[in-house]
Amino acid sequence: RVFNHLNIQLRIVSCILGQTNNECKKQCNEMSSVCLSVYVCVCALSSSGSKVLVHFVNQSGVKTSVFVTEGETLLDVVIKKNLDISSFGACEGTLACSTCHLIFEESVYDKLEPIVDEEVDMLDLAYGLTKTSRLGCQVSVEHWMDGMTVHVPQEINDQQGKQEAVSSK
Amino acid sequence: WKEEDGVGVLGRELYLKSLGIHNGKRRVRGLSSSSSPRVCIVGGGPAGFYTAQQLLKARQNAAVDIYERLPVPFGLVRFGVAPDHPEVKNVINTFTQTAQHERCSFHGNVNVGKDVTIDELRQAYHAVVLSYGAEGNRSMGIPGEDLPGVFSAKDFVGWYNGLPSNKELHPDLSFETAVILGQGNVALDVARILLAPVEMLKETDITQNALEALAGSKVRRVLIVGRRGPLQIACTIKELREMVNLPNTRADMLPADFEGIAEALKDLPRPRKRLTELMMKAVKEGGDDKAEKCCGFRFFRSPVEVLAGADGKRATGIRLALNKLEGSGESARAEVTGQLEDVDCGLIISSIGYKSIPIDPAVPFDPRRAIVPNEMGRVQDTAGLYCSGWVKRGPTGVIATTMNDSFDTAHVLIQDMEAGKLDLSVNKPGAQAITALLQTRGVRTVLFSQWEKINAEEEKRGKSQGKAREKLLDVDEMLKIAWS
Repeated sequence: RVFNHLNIQLRIVSCILGQTNNECKKQCNEMSSVCLSVYVCVCALSSSGSKVLVHFVNQSGVKTSVFVTEGETLLDVVIKKNLDISSFGACEGTLACSTCHLIFEESVYDKLEPIVDEEVDMLDLAYGLTKTSRLGCQVSVEHWMDGMTVHVPQEINDQQGKQEAVSSK
Repeated sequence: WKEEDGVGVLGRELYLKSLGIHNGKRRVRGLSSSSSPRVCIVGGGPAGFYTAQQLLKARQNAAVDIYERLPVPFGLVRFGVAPDHPEVKNVINTFTQTAQHERCSFHGNVNVGKDVTIDELRQAYHAVVLSYGAEGNRSMGIPGEDLPGVFSAKDFVGWYNGLPSNKELHPDLSFETAVILGQGNVALDVARILLAPVEMLKETDITQNALEALAGSKVRRVLIVGRRGPLQIACTIKELREMVNLPNTRADMLPADFEGIAEALKDLPRPRKRLTELMMKAVKEGGDDKAEKCCGFRFFRSPVEVLAGADGKRATGIRLALNKLEGSGESARAEVTGQLEDVDCGLIISSIGYKSIPIDPAVPFDPRRAIVPNEMGRVQDTAGLYCSGWVKRGPTGVIATTMNDSFDTAHVLIQDMEAGKLDLSVNKPGAQAITALLQTRGVRTVLFSQWEKINAEEEKRGKSQGKAREKLLDVDEMLKIAWS
């Protein structure tokens, strides 16, 4: 919460879990570098499940970093954290579309749970498919993913090209 | 400022200004120098809703009104998506959120082009977006096409999905063989619905009359016919996989159609390669001999005539011309060889494409491509008029394709607003004016909250039958419930 009227330059960064995790503190410091504000870094809204740091890069190249709970799918994360990624998860995680398509770093991709035919079937229709692509609704966050970065395909200005890239009926 | 009579000169000036009084004279003026943009969307299907969603998000003061001909929203998501694909319909949740947005309103039961013209809408709104899709279908253009027993896939799908105008279709399912022309996902849906065990369908939102007709169906063999070869097939792998896995159904393919295909596999991109491999697996394995039903593709064949029985009263077969392929890949062309083949069948379904139609003479229309001519969603030579979805690009693509396309149109519209190409300084009355106009013509609209009454009734009726919903088939009944 921001207490603008206090006119006090106060920077309190206090993690309610008492974590002294450097990443956590760095994040909080970046947030609270605006003057006249008091920030309390709330790292965990639930006491169960450990927190994993994931960086999301959206279609315009904008990066957002969030702490996510182990066990959630990456689709859950995008929806719950209301990340600014356009048109994500149209079928709500039922393997009936490819809009939760995410591109992983190779080292992370190689360690993901094996992909099943039904996921490949939908992934094959995704715009901007790469060798390290997966559907976000099929990937659950695990502790070892801490610090990973996932991309969605970058927006291209050529709208005609984008339309042609999507498969037809 | 200077205090005077406890009010302050500035304060008094501001007060008088708010009443429209300036220098002692009253001026009638809007409260701000530019109005909140008002946008009208024609068509309440995925294109309409996704365009609305994006406009509402991008402009915090934009108001969007969606007009739909039927009393019920959602277009092909409700009337096109197969009953056994309920997860594809999850997008309805997003559309519902959009419709319930405070700056959005839905108006059903309005036939744009008949009850109100595009010009009248353009006068009431800053911009109008045409998102009315493709309600017609391409015809095969062959003799006998109008014989009983021949249907467009659009009508057949409309029949099992409860589209009011198809409720009297009564397809005769007492013949053993059905032939489907076209090999896209719609063709595969039709084949699957014809051959699926009733157990698979009875808890879906398929209409009760279709369910009963299918339960009594004698159709045991479905052939899905395409002009070109296996490498040009237009369906996607998910639908093919469902076909291959259909219970009690074996594959009925011609190995001759697959000559040379194995050699071509290695050069194919992954999606095409996997699709082709799955087909070849079906050819090789054939399937269970004990299966009572069969389904297969026939390639390199084009329909040339629907054959009638001796009495000439209904379709009893179809004459196909055999083709050869010139070129390869997606751009390969079918060329005639002169050879013909007759197939006995009692049900013929042409699934060769939906088609848009013009709804208002004031709107440019390209009859050859059957779309509204446009440049990135801006309708040609018509400022303030836009289009999105199938009426803009043609009737291909899945829901996600239309979603991206609608976002593109919304983006272009916003750009035009910001560049001053749309005159936002003029106040536009929007739905208030249109609703009043419609009232003078005896047309009453269905609001979203009224659709929700129809929705609740359908779910209630479905529940008593163990189904997801029982769709209302009659527009008058829908209106009665909506306005109750």
